Amino acid sequence: MIGKYVLRFTALSYLAVLLAAPVGYVFWRTFRHGFWPAWHAVTAPDAVHALKVTLILVAISVPANTIFGILAALAIVRYRFPGAGIFNAVVDLPLALSPVVVGLALLLLYGRGGWLGGHNILFATPGMVLATMFVSLPFVVREVVPVLREIGTEQEQAAATLGANAVQTFLRVTWPAIRWATAYGVVLTTARALGEFGAVSVVSGRIAGQTESLTLYVQDRYQAFDETGAYAAAVVLALIAVTTLILMTALKPKEETR
Amino acid sequence: MSVIVLLPLAALSARAEGFDAVTSSQSVAALKLTIAASLVVAVINAFAGTAIAWTLVRDRFFGQSFVNALVDLPFALPTIVAGLTLLALYGPKSPAGVNVAFTRWAILLALLFVTLPFVVRTVQPVLLELDTEMEDAAASLGASRFATFRRVILPNILPAILSGVALAFARAVGEFGAVVLISGNLPFKTEVVSVYVFGRIESGDPGGAAAASLVILAISFGVLIAIGGLRRLATRHDR
Repeated sequence: MIGKYVLRFTALSYLAVLLAAPVGYVFWRTFRHGFWPAWHAVTAPDAVHALKVTLILVAISVPANTIFGILAALAIVRYRFPGAGIFNAVVDLPLALSPVVVGLALLLLYGRGGWLGGHNILFATPGMVLATMFVSLPFVVREVVPVLREIGTEQEQAAATLGANAVQTFLRVTWPAIRWATAYGVVLTTARALGEFGAVSVVSGRIAGQTESLTLYVQDRYQAFDETGAYAAAVVLALIAVTTLILMTALKPKEETR
Repeated sequence: MSVIVLLPLAALSARAEGFDAVTSSQSVAALKLTIAASLVVAVINAFAGTAIAWTLVRDRFFGQSFVNALVDLPFALPTIVAGLTLLALYGPKSPAGVNVAFTRWAILLALLFVTLPFVVRTVQPVLLELDTEMEDAAASLGASRFATFRRVILPNILPAILSGVALAFARAVGEFGAVVLISGNLPFKTEVVSVYVFGRIESGDPGGAAAASLVILAISFGVLIAIGGLRRLATRHDR
């Protein structure tokens, strides 16, 4: 019986030292001198602009990846096509690939001398959107695919025999079954898009007040020895992460007990 | 999708310089360090992740659901924020008196932080579905707790542990944001391969950067294929 407590203590200490303590300490440190210095730091013009850039990236890449994700999941599960295995592996690739490599690949494609160079995509919002879409691509697909596999095609076929067209079948039969999985995937996509750093760092040019997202702003402030600014922006991102976490926890059981 | 994913990767391959760029001593040092650190991190995760998953499934204690949610934090937290938080507590101004900044320990710490959920989240569902009947049977036949674990539980959760470990390894090889602030990025000492690639880009050598990137790309793809194989292995009994 002692073994149980040793294991519990070890596992919890590991989590405390690695996760809870550092994150908790950053919150404490940010508000050490009260709320207002931190508030002034996050309402500095460059910080507000960085937050706007981040929100624009999220507002474009999350809906795009959600629509793509549902279509790709339907393609993977419902249709047999040549190269399905490779398609499957490529969809997963952004999960395993270094974001710096993603940034570099975009840089080489759209940069000077690239195949699609010279369209003002790099060092501007379009390049950052492409980078964000790349890294957050797999999440909706990965959540929707197992649900589609599980529900099978019987109900869809029944709907079709009763005269429903493809759109009606999707809206009335398929969508209600996958909507929680989609919602969970959207939350994960949003978290990833908000937090992307490496890929955006390469393609954005990091021009303060122009192409600086909130994660880039954190690094910029830290390297400029403005710790108050860095920690305050980090806390904003961490708060968004905690909100994401709460949403994730709230959505997960619905999917499991379905 | 081909426009978003494949076309950039094709451009990457086309523009990569030959093997000379990969075999430069700085690039080799960065690759070796990254792979060694990622292997260590993968092994630690195999044990720590399984222990945490076990505690979450088989143990009952106050605040368990909070701990369960906390495990996902590294997925939700931006990597640069993760790096900054570790630097705050375990860096030069550490209130705990532990300063690992700009050492290889810092790299391990950062990689352990970002890879924490992988093994927990792959092992947890398998443990949840595992009936305790088999364990009870083993125990009633006189097996010790250790023998029960090794002969009954471990074979069931091993595919899950391995695929979690593989994911953690792949993530560790490519990690950038969490490492970049805390490692100091000293060439030959604490420079991981993502940071090396970033440095090559910054100094106007995209060809060299692309060459090292192809190595990372090959590792990532290899790991994904290995995980696919593990999944087939794990579901073999169901069919």
